[in-house]
Order: sequence, then C-alpha cells, then structure tokens
Amino acid sequence: MKISSEILVIDDEPQIRRLLSIALESNDYKVKETANAHEGLTAAANHPPDMILLDLGLPDDSGHNVLEKLREWYTKPIIILSVQSSEEDIVKALDNGANDYLVKPFRTGELLARIRSLLRSSSSESENPIISVENIQIDLSLRIVKRNGELVKLTVTEYNLLALLVKNEGKVLTHQFLLRSVWGPSYIDQSQYLRVFIAQLRKKIEDDPNRPSHIITESGIGYRFV
Amino acid sequence: MVSIFLILFVAALSYALSNFIEYKVVAFLLLVTVSLIAMFFDIIPVLLAACLSAIVWNYFFIPPRFTFAIQSAENVILFAMYFVIAMVNAVLTYKIREIEKKANKKIEKENTLKLYDTLLNSLSHELRTPISTIIGATDTLQEDNNKLSEANRSELISEISKASIRLNRQVGNLLNMSRLESGFLKPKNDWCDINELIHDIVSQLKDILQSKPVEISIKDNLPLFKLDHGLLEQVLHNLIYNAALYIPKYAVITVRATVNKEHKLIIIVEDTGEGFPENEIEHVFDKFYRLKNSNTGGTGLGLSIVKGFVEAMNGTIYLENGEEYGAKFTIVIPAEIAHLNDIKNEN
Repeated sequence: MKISSEILVIDDEPQIRRLLSIALESNDYKVKETANAHEGLTAAANHPPDMILLDLGLPDDSGHNVLEKLREWYTKPIIILSVQSSEEDIVKALDNGANDYLVKPFRTGELLARIRSLLRSSSSESENPIISVENIQIDLSLRIVKRNGELVKLTVTEYNLLALLVKNEGKVLTHQFLLRSVWGPSYIDQSQYLRVFIAQLRKKIEDDPNRPSHIITESGIGYRFV
Repeated sequence: MVSIFLILFVAALSYALSNFIEYKVVAFLLLVTVSLIAMFFDIIPVLLAACLSAIVWNYFFIPPRFTFAIQSAENVILFAMYFVIAMVNAVLTYKIREIEKKANKKIEKENTLKLYDTLLNSLSHELRTPISTIIGATDTLQEDNNKLSEANRSELISEISKASIRLNRQVGNLLNMSRLESGFLKPKNDWCDINELIHDIVSQLKDILQSKPVEISIKDNLPLFKLDHGLLEQVLHNLIYNAALYIPKYAVITVRATVNKEHKLIIIVEDTGEGFPENEIEHVFDKFYRLKNSNTGGTGLGLSIVKGFVEAMNGTIYLENGEEYGAKFTIVIPAEIAHLNDIKNEN
C-alpha cells in the first residue's frame, strides 16, 4: 500500500478535533489539526494535504471565506462540516467548490466512507469510459447503460442526468448544479423537472425505486450517485 | 370621538322624544350611555363624555330649554347631582376594568410559569436520563481494571450511543419548538415528491420501527406539490415515530397520500394500536401534554410541533379514533401542484 494520505482538519472545537484525529489515525490517515481560519490556511499552504476537513463556523473568519481562499489554488477534495439545519449554508459551500459535506453530529462510518470515496476519485482520474457500479454499467463513449447486463432504454435527458451523476460518483450534486448542467441556466428554479426525471431514472435502474440504492436523495440539497 | 358621537346621538334621540318623556328620564338615559362608554373606552374620552352629557342635558332639556341657566333650586340640585354621578360612574367603571386587566395578567403569568415548570420537569427528565447513562457508562469504562466482560463493555458502549441519539432528538425537538415560538417560521416552498419523501422517512426510522410494519399507499400519479419539504418531513417523522413508540408490538402503521378535488394534499397516518382516550383527543396537540396513563418517556413536544408546522404551511390536522381500533391523523395542506405527465411530455 502507498504512503498514507494526509488530512488537514480545520475546526475550533478541541473535542471534535480529537475525535476526528482518533478516528482518522486509527484508519491509517495522517492528521494535522488546526483551530482557526488563519492557522488552517497557513498549514494548507506550507504543506498541501491530500484532503481538508473544514468546519463552517470558525472563530476568526467564516468557513465560506476560507473555502473560497483555498479554492483559488487548492484542487484536492474539501469536505465541509456544519451544524444542523443550515441547508443554505451547505448548498452555498458546495456551489463554491466543496466536494462534500457532513452535518454534525455525524457518524464516523459515514465520514470514513466519504473520505475513501473522495480520495479514490481524486487519485484515479481514469481514462476508462466504462464505469461499473454494482449491477450497473455505463459506457460514456457509446452512451449505453446496462443493468444486470441488459440494455436500459433512456431518453436523452435521462441519460445526460445519469451520466453526470455517475461521473461524479459519491459526490453530492446540488439541485441547481444538476438543473443548470442538464437543462440549461434558465431552468435553475424549475426543480420539478429534476424530481420527475430522478423518479423516472430510479424506476429504470433501481431494484426497488422506493428504496433507492444508487441515486440517493440529500434532502434539501441535491442527489448523490453511489 | 366615538364616545362624543354616542352621547350626541342619544341626546338627539331623547330630543326627538322630548314631547313624550320628561327631562329627568333623559338624565337616566344619558347616564346609561356614559356607563356603557366607560366599559369600552379609555379614561379621558369617558370623562369627556360625562362632561358633555351634563352640558347637553342642561342646555337642551332642563327648563328653560336652550340656555345654560337653571331656574328652580330643585333643578340646580338635580343638575349638580347628575354631574357628580356621571363623573363617579365613569371613574368607577374604568377602575373596575383596570383591576380586571391586572387579574388577567396575573393569570397569564401563572400559566406561563406553569408552562416553564412543566418544561423544566420534562426537560430535566428527558435530558438527564440520557446524560446519566452516558456519564455512568463512561465512568464504568474508565475505571475498568479488565474486570468487565467483553459483552458488558460493548453493551455499555451501545448504551452511550443510544443515549446520545436520544439527546440529539430532544435537542432537535427543542430547536423546532423555539422556531415555532419565535413566530418567524416561513415555509420555503419547493417542488416535492411525496412518494419519495414518505419512503425516505420510513427508511430513516427503520431502527425504531423494527417489528412494526409500515404500509405505504400512495395514489398513482400523485402530482408534485410545491411546499416546504423540511417541515412536512418533520411532521410525518414525528407522527410515525410517535405511532411506533406507543402502539403495541405487531400493530400496523399505514401512511396514505392522495390529492383531493381542490388540489390539496391529503396525508393520513393511522395505526391499529389502541387509539387515544376520547376525552383526551382535544389536548394531544397541546404543548407538553402527555396522556394521563402514558409511561414511556417523552417531552410532549412531538405532536405540538406537528400541529405548529402543519399550520405554518396553512394546513390543518385532526385526530380521530378508527372505527374499530387505532388512531387516525389526517393532514390537509393546500399547495401548488405540477402533474408529472405534463413535464414528461416536454422532453
């Protein structure tokens, strides 16, 4: 196995930092802890980590500003940590370049899964046009989708939506991003299209459309393909 | 203004009738009017009305009419008495109202205190129980000199985990309650797939539901509704969670969703449990109300949040007992709708 990935934690709560360090170190990640925006930005610049966990509520500066400053040069994954019930904050952070988010209190298993998924996708910018996820296969060059080896008939819009989700496997895509990318900028407030097409796609690719295992709803925020 | 107008009106009326009634009777009519005014208006307009009525009575009614002069000594005394009685009457009535107001305020204050009391009681129980669990369990784990069996150790850890989840839920409830209390709860409406929402909630609650099956019956081609999914989610979450908590094992919870002729969303959550005691149904949505014989924990906030959120969405909710068994909650919410077929065809 290659050298363990380094993760920078920017969070002002010592308890949360300790908890994150223990959880991450026991899973063979190297952890650097910082307690505020200034320290965090300096640490990131001096020694760029493989991933950053950024708390949105910092004492000296808003997490959103830190995110924007980081994104001027930092291209690797950033996961946002936020307190409950601030959907707008989360959507804003995702639109500003955060790769994923976790709401406190979160489960450690969830955190590790997100980290694994992001590190995997950032390390393997694969040229392979065929993506397989469990029983679903998507050939991006031929624009073909197969489920259990059988061809799935999709409309153009359905395919575009699915392809976009699959290309960003594991990452949450906001409603606005999906609407803008698939339907165009004038549709960003027309979320009814998204709802209907997601429901359609689920009927075609999920084993049980009511208990989706691939296209996951992030309530109030967006969708995620896993 | 209104009080002056009233006096003048009564005076005019009496004047029209002055051929039939004596001027002394007019005095009583005016007095009654002043008393009535005192019941509804502030002290200054009331005193004004009393003075005005005295003047009017003197000028228009006491002979000789249309002058302020009074001839007979008897009438002078009458007028003086009228003036004093009108004033005293006005002031006394006003004082009584003041005292009543104070009494009302006191009752209100007592109610608020009672509310705080209930809040503190249920909070200290609902929050302290999980906190004691966590402290107790961590103490035991820290003092452990390898005496704890592996099974006990993992049980303690799972108790800590359960207690924290319970704490988190209670804090969520309190936050929701204060959102409601602040009065600034504005729904953020967006298109909402009810089918997805309901299935999502049921799968979130699967740990609690365990042996209790939930049947979901949703009208085919139910349109999308434009409403606040976060509020509706909390409403259904609380209702289903509540049902799961109180119904006996192996009872069934059913969730139905449909749309009525007025394009309103109707969601029914019912169960085959024991239902609610008929005489307590009207109180179940009250804040901190808990059924008289309920023994499991709870702050009595869940259903009051449900009602508050439904009303924030301009909807209504009512509870009835099923014909044979169980409780039935019916939610009706007006919302803009979009038919799926219209959208699909545009592709």
